[in-house]
Amino acid sequence: MKQFEEKILEVKNLQTYFFTDEGTSKAVNGISFTLNKGETLGIVGESGSGKSITSLSLLRLIQSPPGKITGGSILFKGEDLLTKTEKQMRSIRGNEISMIFQEPMTSLNPVYSAGEQIAEAIRLHQKLGKKEAWNKAVDMLRLVGIPSPEKRAKQEPHELSGGMRQRVMIAMALACHPEVLIADEPTTALDVTIQAQILELIKTLQKDFGTAVILITHDLGVVYETCDRVAVMYAGKIVEYTLAKEIFTNPKHPYTIGLLNSLPRLDMDQEELTTIPGTVPSPYNMPKGCSFAPRCAHAKKICEQAVPDLQTTGPSTQVSCWMFTPQWEKEYDAQEKVGV
Amino acid sequence: MFVFIVRRILQTIPVLLGVSLVVFLIMQMVPGDPATLLAGEGATKETIEMIRHQLGLDRPILYQYFDYVIHAVQGDFGESLRSSRPVLDEILVRLPITLELALASIFITVVLGMVAGIISATKQYSAADISIMIVALLGISLPSFWLGLMLIYFFSVNLQWFPVSGWGTINHMILPAITLGAGGAAIVARMTRSSMLEVVRQDYIRTAKAKGLKEHVIIYKHGLKNALIPVITVVGLQFGALLGGTVLTESVFAINGLGRLIVDAIRTRDLPMVQGGVLIASVIFVFMNLAVDVLYRYFNKRIDLN
Repeated sequence: MKQFEEKILEVKNLQTYFFTDEGTSKAVNGISFTLNKGETLGIVGESGSGKSITSLSLLRLIQSPPGKITGGSILFKGEDLLTKTEKQMRSIRGNEISMIFQEPMTSLNPVYSAGEQIAEAIRLHQKLGKKEAWNKAVDMLRLVGIPSPEKRAKQEPHELSGGMRQRVMIAMALACHPEVLIADEPTTALDVTIQAQILELIKTLQKDFGTAVILITHDLGVVYETCDRVAVMYAGKIVEYTLAKEIFTNPKHPYTIGLLNSLPRLDMDQEELTTIPGTVPSPYNMPKGCSFAPRCAHAKKICEQAVPDLQTTGPSTQVSCWMFTPQWEKEYDAQEKVGV
Repeated sequence: MFVFIVRRILQTIPVLLGVSLVVFLIMQMVPGDPATLLAGEGATKETIEMIRHQLGLDRPILYQYFDYVIHAVQGDFGESLRSSRPVLDEILVRLPITLELALASIFITVVLGMVAGIISATKQYSAADISIMIVALLGISLPSFWLGLMLIYFFSVNLQWFPVSGWGTINHMILPAITLGAGGAAIVARMTRSSMLEVVRQDYIRTAKAKGLKEHVIIYKHGLKNALIPVITVVGLQFGALLGGTVLTESVFAINGLGRLIVDAIRTRDLPMVQGGVLIASVIFVFMNLAVDVLYRYFNKRIDLN
């Protein structure tokens, strides 16, 4: 196990809400995690669990209105990003913290060449001249494994394949050697062989540049391959926060166990895939207690009444579930008595 | 690109032949006889016949048409029945005036329309946005001759800021250009707004923000170039409407341009003049469309022109 000591990013009780006509959606509802220098943190969850909103909140890119970061703090190298001015944020975006997105097909501007789009970030943050920035953009394209980069740099996105566009995005994100790279489902839109190449590329570049990576994904396989630690998100909250390997050998939260059980397995003869019963609750109508309680096979009365705090259950594991609290046994008893 | 332009120019030939044929046939069908009109009141039948013979109007229609086409391709559009001067000379005197008016209106359409559209889109639902959209709605709804008369009434007659009619100075140009360009500007403003609003929601705008670019760089560099693609189409279409609009505007402001020349020629059944005027207007229209296509390609390299 690699050891990461120095904290680069510390998120405390982050809340991002959306205020719409239908009501208030607590898309990110008080999450906390830390990211150390050089490590890879995976954020896993279903669609709508708040993973992408978390990543956009970190760079303060939430569309406002209707979205708003209503509370918490995002400490980057000890300074709270939520107190920074828009100008200060601009000098951080794409420079110290960069981001790559899920959709390489639409994330590049169709009317500018790949080289121009990379060079733009370089000129902006490194104050280089046009020619130097262009040369550096070509170097970056070479670095991300694009053949004949001089030629490709002059091409526009529609002339590049999906895999190549994602490489261009990575080149753009890493052009200024950021300390944190947020990769929001970088391989979801790509086919499987390209996925592996892109993940490998991110891993290699991370090692070369010493970048810390937040990898947002719904693919547990990707977590296993790439991450050091992982946060499992459900309905805007982190329900389990632990080492990546731990989650496969010793999952704690019923939701995590449900996710793992729903993975197809090669070593078992399955007719159908296991699913978690029920659906994610509506963001406008969250249960009062634990948001997973309506779908949880273990749920007790207390689960429906109050939200459990994150409980430390091991040296590097935290779980938000009543099952891991001292109250659980008492609650169990109470239920039994009622039952008798 | 070169092949495309050459091909498009060649394509104009059948278009112009068609235009000339249609105009020719329409002028044959409308009531009224040029010879009778020329001969004046009380002329004898013999005089009218003689004039008709002189003008070649007694020949078969098809013969007249082909004769006209053969001369026209050599640059000879015939002589005006009214003034007996070569049609081309008359047109060339009037054409620059109409072109000036058209360019001034296009300028108003494009600049005013786009600026208003961008303000509307970037400040969606603000007071500015709502006012611009109301004015734009008026701009689309008001007929240009009425707008022209109102502008004359307020700015020329009451305030006396601009001349009532005529042509020659910038001051003469302003009211007609507004009259002619207002409708287009309104359409362009609405188009720019909706196109811009669609573009700012695109993923590449989010990428540009994540890069750390300033808001105005994002809007003007990354947004506008994409948003302009549908706007160019609209401007191209507007140019056609604009050429038609010159007829009305020139009449309202008593400007001696091509539009008015054609209207007068129609009234006096001056067939060669009508033919020549419409043909020249068609040539301009076709070439403007070509320019729009070339521009379109410049803004959107994904389009394969061939």
